[in-house]
Amino acid sequence: MTWKVIIAIWLTLIIIASLVFPIVASPQHWYDLPNIRGLEQRARIMFFHVPMAWVTVIAFLVSMIYGIRYLVRKNAIDDLRSVSSAGLGFLFCFLATVTGSVWAKFNWGSFWNWDPRETSIFLLLLIYAAYFVLRTAVENEEKRGTLSAVYSIIAFVTVPFFIFIMPRVVPSLHPGSKGDPEGSGPIMQMRIDPNMAILFFGALIGFTALYFWMWSVRVRAERVNFHRLNIPEQTGG
Amino acid sequence: MSEKTFSALRSTAAVLKKEFASELRTRYAVNALIMFVVTTLSIILFAFGGENVSSEVLAGLLWIVIFFSAMSGLSRTFVSEEERGTTMTLQLLARPSSVYFGKLGFNVVLILSLSLLIVVLYFIFISNFVVRSYDIFVATIVLGGVGLASASTVIAAIIAKANTRGTLYPVLSFPILLPLLLAVIHATKLSMEGMPFEEAISDLQLLLSYSVVVITASYLLFDFIWKD
Repeated sequence: MTWKVIIAIWLTLIIIASLVFPIVASPQHWYDLPNIRGLEQRARIMFFHVPMAWVTVIAFLVSMIYGIRYLVRKNAIDDLRSVSSAGLGFLFCFLATVTGSVWAKFNWGSFWNWDPRETSIFLLLLIYAAYFVLRTAVENEEKRGTLSAVYSIIAFVTVPFFIFIMPRVVPSLHPGSKGDPEGSGPIMQMRIDPNMAILFFGALIGFTALYFWMWSVRVRAERVNFHRLNIPEQTGG
Repeated sequence: MSEKTFSALRSTAAVLKKEFASELRTRYAVNALIMFVVTTLSIILFAFGGENVSSEVLAGLLWIVIFFSAMSGLSRTFVSEEERGTTMTLQLLARPSSVYFGKLGFNVVLILSLSLLIVVLYFIFISNFVVRSYDIFVATIVLGGVGLASASTVIAAIIAKANTRGTLYPVLSFPILLPLLLAVIHATKLSMEGMPFEEAISDLQLLLSYSVVVITASYLLFDFIWKD
């Protein structure tokens, strides 16, 4: 309960700040944000889109860790934790894709042009869509947990290859990637500008806390559901 | 060589032999695959309609044909065991790693001979398809085939335990094979443009390490899939 309130207040403040703090050429006041050439007002996406992508990775990592734990200990709760986290990861991945796509429309001129970052987030969406399809296709609970955990591990080990091969096929336009005319882009600039850094890391912490809160709620709900489904079997048989 | 490794190798060889024997008996995969390749290639030829097609498109199409023939041929690797009811027997007689490597070996042979057939037909029917660096091309086909077989074998093991087998296979395999497909298409394009071998080294290294990583992961995880 207290966490819910803290996260709500924190994220509200962050969201308001990242929308209203002015972006100016030479920051003078404590609330001024520096201008990034080529991004201008569109730089504000950084406080929403990047934390979402970050949470996506965290969620998938957590999902895989609990998948491995399930394989080792065969405890049904681990599978519930793993699938709840994967579901949230998919949600945040979808949000990151949509926000990124809207931003691309205004910065690059089209919603989707298969930039390496766009392709890689598409791959992530595909992997987890396939993961959920696999889960619906297996009826036995134990088998379902095992197979989906195995699948997510195998999918996870192939992702680094993708990150390696993609820049060879097409150069990226995404800010912060190799070949950005601004060097490493906003990431470099942020190091010299404390305001942007504070707001950015504040958003990162806020979104991560939001994810962990949502995850705990989901796990509790799934747990109740799991027991509700399993009690008649135990008493009956 | 210790006694244990020797017996593991022998049982792997036995599984491999059993795969070839049962394939020769029914010729299911071979017949279906040859027809599949012929059908797909003729659709592509009709779609071209005598147009001049760029090397990028041709390289992409070649791997589309190989990918989907592999998907239709290898999906039965483990499903056939479930259907014939021989899973239990195999579980009792051979250790999981032998089953995995035996099946993998058979799939590698199947994919490589399939690719050979596709490439020969491609050369005959598509006059635009000119390979200028054969060293890159051969290395790509071989390493790509091994990578394709490594990922599709373990996915085949997963779907054999699921209910909707046919449609699920390409759905599960595609995201895992995507890095491999991008690399082989890129390398094939390089070979058609006549690039020196050094240009393609990093793609080939990627293909090799992809196979090694996927085979290692599958070897470690196969027990969980195979044992009921």
